[in-house]
Amino acid sequence: MSTESSEQVLDYPLRAPAPLEPPEEWARLRQGCPVAHVRLPSGDQAVLLTRYADVRQVLADPRFTRQLGQEGAAKLSEDGGSVFETEDAASLTEGHERWRRLLHKSFTAKRVSAMQPRIEAMADALIDDMVRQGAPADLVSSLAFPLPVWVICELLGIPDIDRDKLAFWSNAMLNMTQFTREQMQQAQMEFAEYMTAHIAAKRAAPGEDLLSELVAAVDDGHPLTERELMMIGQGILVAGHETTSNTIAKMMAMLLSERSRWEQLVADPSLVRTAVEEALRFDANAGFGLPRFITEEIEVSGQKLPGGTTVVCNMAAANRDEQAYERADTMDLTRSPNPHLTFGVGPHSCVGQALARTELQTTLNVLLRRLPTLALAVPTEELARREGLLIGGLERVPVRW
Amino acid sequence: MRVIVDLEKCCGAGQCVLLAPKVFDQRDDGIVILLDEHPPEALHKAVREAACVCPGAAIKLEDPA
Repeated sequence: MSTESSEQVLDYPLRAPAPLEPPEEWARLRQGCPVAHVRLPSGDQAVLLTRYADVRQVLADPRFTRQLGQEGAAKLSEDGGSVFETEDAASLTEGHERWRRLLHKSFTAKRVSAMQPRIEAMADALIDDMVRQGAPADLVSSLAFPLPVWVICELLGIPDIDRDKLAFWSNAMLNMTQFTREQMQQAQMEFAEYMTAHIAAKRAAPGEDLLSELVAAVDDGHPLTERELMMIGQGILVAGHETTSNTIAKMMAMLLSERSRWEQLVADPSLVRTAVEEALRFDANAGFGLPRFITEEIEVSGQKLPGGTTVVCNMAAANRDEQAYERADTMDLTRSPNPHLTFGVGPHSCVGQALARTELQTTLNVLLRRLPTLALAVPTEELARREGLLIGGLERVPVRW
Repeated sequence: MRVIVDLEKCCGAGQCVLLAPKVFDQRDDGIVILLDEHPPEALHKAVREAACVCPGAAIKLEDPA
């Protein structure tokens, strides 16, 4: 990576002044330094993009590859053990078209909508428990953390009794700072063993779930291999658990931190759809962003990036670009249309986004119906951020009602 | 209004189906199916929103007003 720029190299991820606030550098970078040099946790350097137009352009351009394991690509974390850098990530990329096509069958808007009543029942059951234990409660451990695992277990036909195990593995496989590389690998191994047995059980006795369907599926004349099935299971867990959990927690924190936002929704629950999109756009703690690697020179924002550059797209910073949004720094629950970049764009945009939207909308609807007096039980400044690799979160969201 | 969809660009996110189910549907593999090339005026707002938020930029509108 070129170091000829005399400009200061920022340490990345950037620090935020408060739990729900964006880093102060975002506005300055968008304004004056759209192609910024940053130092990653590994010590390697990369280029950071923060403008809406640039992030959109890069994510939609296949020359910006996801081959972070390539010679010359920046390592993200110190030990290089993150999900972006493993062999599996590379093989997932190669087989991407095939398994994405298969996954789409489970994630079409219609099929996801059909799951909505089940998701609602799960949210109600979790809130029943939370109410039974009484206020104050932690919205993360009571609802935001378990709900997406329950949904994924349902999708994969995994019995309720194993939900906690799945939640633990998924947490360990994703975490950049809280688990060691050994713990990460241990979790990956245990999960692989579990899934191998589970897949065999589904082969022997298929159910109504996605996994049974995939076991029976024949794509391009070939059935899926054990390894492909395993990778799909892992992909769904890694991509669908922590991301959705953290987003539920942050959405609720944002809505409750300004009383008027929550009251606006209580008064008019028909705003839930646009409120969810706005929470996705407005999230200032969205995590690392999406890394890409180029092997040829490509121009972005009028600057030539040499081959061998690692580029980090910060969608959350781009989502607050004044060039793309009016009053970008205001959370407007009625904002529409809202073409935010939180799920990415182009052929690699999040395959589970319809499911994520349904989980977020359902959670919000159920909370509005069940607990209209819901309020934060601590001042907003006391919410503690949680660092994840794919996406940031909050350790706890204490609430009363 | 005339709706044009680009199957090559479609990434199967399903946003258009959620916003305007009378105009868009999805195949099994997620790719868009255009149900109504000339949607009635009552649906124009939803279709414009679908075109705007499509993550693949796969929906184009002629005479969007």
